[in-house]
Amino acid sequence: MSGHDHPHEGPGRTASPYALRIRAIESLLVEKGVLTEAEIQDQIEYMDSRSPANGARLVARAWVDPEFRRRLLADTKAAALELGIDASGPVEFVVVENTPEVHNLIVCTLCSCYPRAILGRPPDWYKSFEYRSRAVREPRAVMREFGHEPPEGVRVAVHDSTADVRYMVLPMRPEGTEGMSEEELAALVTRDSLIGVSVPRAPARAR
Amino acid sequence: MGGAVSPFEPGDRVRVLDLGKPGHVRTPRYVRGKTGRVERALGEFRNPEDLAYGGDGLPRCGLYRVAFDQRELWEGYEGPAGDSLYVDVYEHWLEGA
Repeated sequence: MSGHDHPHEGPGRTASPYALRIRAIESLLVEKGVLTEAEIQDQIEYMDSRSPANGARLVARAWVDPEFRRRLLADTKAAALELGIDASGPVEFVVVENTPEVHNLIVCTLCSCYPRAILGRPPDWYKSFEYRSRAVREPRAVMREFGHEPPEGVRVAVHDSTADVRYMVLPMRPEGTEGMSEEELAALVTRDSLIGVSVPRAPARAR
Repeated sequence: MGGAVSPFEPGDRVRVLDLGKPGHVRTPRYVRGKTGRVERALGEFRNPEDLAYGGDGLPRCGLYRVAFDQRELWEGYEGPAGDSLYVDVYEHWLEGA
């Protein structure tokens, strides 16, 4: 029986040896009753329901509401839940705040730890050997390649999420955004700025 | 271990041990043998070195966020003094320095 149509693989994509292996393992797990097709499907849907837009909403709220910002930094899970983002689970979350003195950058050198319960799946480059090895050793060069150069005097802090904590960056609010709505602000927050390789978009110039 | 009071406090100088442990460990090589400063105690977690091989990960072990000076980690580091790197390290990989 093949009731499972593998929606997590794009149509027309040739399966790599790894994909075939995963599929074989998956079939075995189902056959042996360790997992059900429904559980696998639920997990895929859970992951697909997360996205960087969640992070953008948290950041925009923190920019407009200092009390929320405080809560986000103190207890990320609880603050996320206030916006209906359920990040519950065994993994802890820590939000690190960019300031005029320090710019933060997130990496996982050992694998691809990422705040998935909030942001969903990481971009492919985040999982690459190149990013993982260079982000710790030459973070400033990596950021330059993403188009960001921290101003003179700003320290760079790299966070290697090796264990049970997942990190997300709270970037600084761009200049010239006074009076923008929370929704407009959220649109400036890019996924890359939540990882720290760059900063949020500048607002479109007012006419 | 389990239930014992935390041996490290924020501000403590610690050295990362090189336990030479094979297999699934969460202490990156580049910090082994290096000295840093405890920034925060993160709580107690199931031991991933046991969980990875089907164990229950108990007793839980303390996890610490340790700050390192980038210039002490990498020879010829390009950034200024003050650039830092934070790694989460389990208690049994740390000793007071």
